[in-house]
Amino acid sequence: MISADISVMMPEIALAVYAMAALLGAVWTGKDATAPLVTWTTVAVFLGLAAWIGLGGQGERTAFSGMIADDAFSRFAKVAILVSAAAVLAMSQDYMTRRGILRFEYPVLIALAVLGMMVMVSAQDLIALYMGLELQSLALYVVAAIRRDSVRSTEAGLKYFVLGALSSGLLLYGASLAYGFAGTTRFDGIIATIEGGHASLGLLVGLVFLITGLAFKVSAVPFHMWTPDVYEGAPTPVTAFFATAPKLAAMGLLARLLHDAFGTATADWGQIIALLAVLSMFLGAIAAIGQRDLKRLMAYSSIAHMGFALLGLAAGTAAGVEAMLVYMAVYVAMNVGTFAFILSMEKDGTPVTSIDALHLYARAEPLKALAMLVLLFSLAGVPPMLGFFAKFGVLRAVVEGGMPLVAVLGVIASVIGAFYYLRIVYFMYFGTEREAVETRMVPVQWGLLMASAFVMVAGVVNLFGIEAAAAAAADVLVR
Amino acid sequence: MTIPVFAFYLFAASALVAGLMVVTARNPVHSVLWLILAFLSSAGLFVLMGAEFVAMLLIIVYVGAVAVLFLFVVMMLDVDFAALKGEMARAMPLGLLIGVVILLQLGVAFGAWETSQIALGQRDAVVAEGMQNTAALGLLIYDRYILLFQLAGMILLVAMIGAIVLTLRHRKDVKRQDVLAQMWRDPAKAMVLKDVKPGQGL
Repeated sequence: MISADISVMMPEIALAVYAMAALLGAVWTGKDATAPLVTWTTVAVFLGLAAWIGLGGQGERTAFSGMIADDAFSRFAKVAILVSAAAVLAMSQDYMTRRGILRFEYPVLIALAVLGMMVMVSAQDLIALYMGLELQSLALYVVAAIRRDSVRSTEAGLKYFVLGALSSGLLLYGASLAYGFAGTTRFDGIIATIEGGHASLGLLVGLVFLITGLAFKVSAVPFHMWTPDVYEGAPTPVTAFFATAPKLAAMGLLARLLHDAFGTATADWGQIIALLAVLSMFLGAIAAIGQRDLKRLMAYSSIAHMGFALLGLAAGTAAGVEAMLVYMAVYVAMNVGTFAFILSMEKDGTPVTSIDALHLYARAEPLKALAMLVLLFSLAGVPPMLGFFAKFGVLRAVVEGGMPLVAVLGVIASVIGAFYYLRIVYFMYFGTEREAVETRMVPVQWGLLMASAFVMVAGVVNLFGIEAAAAAAADVLVR
Repeated sequence: MTIPVFAFYLFAASALVAGLMVVTARNPVHSVLWLILAFLSSAGLFVLMGAEFVAMLLIIVYVGAVAVLFLFVVMMLDVDFAALKGEMARAMPLGLLIGVVILLQLGVAFGAWETSQIALGQRDAVVAEGMQNTAALGLLIYDRYILLFQLAGMILLVAMIGAIVLTLRHRKDVKRQDVLAQMWRDPAKAMVLKDVKPGQGL
């Protein structure tokens, strides 16, 4: 029995063993001198595991008395998490080495965070959910403060830690209420106690606390306060990581919790999620207008994008979950490219993140400026790019789910939000003469920027087939 | 009133009072002492429920280790709690408002609290007949919840790595002990015998 359980968890176990082996190996040999090597092997392990899960996994299996599930949904999320984490790690190695902040613990912590995310998206039990979430969060708190000589980085880490601990407390409180009502922490047990499509009052209060705790993790308004400060204070490669894989994992976890444990009470949580979504979209769109710092801008941008992804969940249908998954995959792809560019921005060897540094950038580097134009258009949701189709899919699901008003609000918010993306494009092409920024890129960063921009244009044809995978994943979740 | 009922009310009341005093005591050291009383009372409640192993754990781990550590930290930190309390007074009205709203909501929730019909069936029979609860707990942790137990281990590993990454500094200007070098020292090479004649010196 235990061997059958272990075979389901094999990729996770392999990653855990790798993380420990890498830690021991680096400590015993060259310490920080081995950091680039550990980084690249971690990238290779991530990609290998993604291929293993993506190509090898089939069917639906549960393990450890139903606490962990291996199904199409978890495989979709895991592959996306692993690939994006590998991409971010690969493009950050050069930046961190040159700033002298690359330590061998960094890739190990990222590997452990990814392990937590993999547990999160396959959790079938409230305790497993919490364990995965804490493993991920704890590693993220540390990497946020990894530049420990910088006041801003430590402040970012501390702020993230305190607010994260608060959100964990809320989540646990909700979990205990749900357990008190249902008598079990298993998702299939909780859903069995919901009768007639409505959760009873006790369960509902528990659910609200659970959603609140998870809303912190996806930085949905009104639980978003930490996001701009942490994004700005953390080193840029860490910010790039925060904006991609953890967001995907938290959305996957939320989708799992809502559908696997509370799936028959859609009407109860649909409104809560819709409210969070609308608030996030508007705040993300409006608050970013005054920002001149690219990292803060990307923080508000991520809040707005999370609002859109939540909108897909709010529909409460299989189409909604599918739209959410596609949206998250596209969002992550866009962010990888954008952060590859932000990582390369510097002036006289020090990193620059102000948008004013980009004036007339297109004259100096037409190709990179074009790639950024494509990415920013896609982030804004301008029609020929993939970002538009992702938004369109979500809006269609919402309208079909019977919330046309919310969809209209989404369109309005995305029009407002388009302003600050287009302003950067305007600066790059028609700005005023200023001291130019240098963008020195290593081949990996250049490749990821171009690949990401290419995907935004070429993906319009068939989305590289992820739509089918997302549909299969959504079918598992919504029955 | 039978003795168990009396003991329950005694422990429950002291746990509540101690909990209240933790947050209201002026001196933070007193707060920690009240916290220890709260732990002890909770341990008593666990004993009444027949969970003597958990009760002993609570005393050994929380009272013996965690609370004492707290005490040391609180004594060593030089925090001006009066100033902190002054800050708190400004945010008090809003905090009270939110607290009252949440309290009302919880009142509504618990007032109509009704566990699900099938909850009792879903609740696992934790202790089998004639099994001590230490053994039952071991079976759960190391058998049924082995995955969660291992994950908790990974979380502790992350905590350990994090503490080292964020605080360990290798100072260059300190002399360190090199045990191997000490052991491999050859007495024949380490000292030289000189025959010093009286009155001449070296």
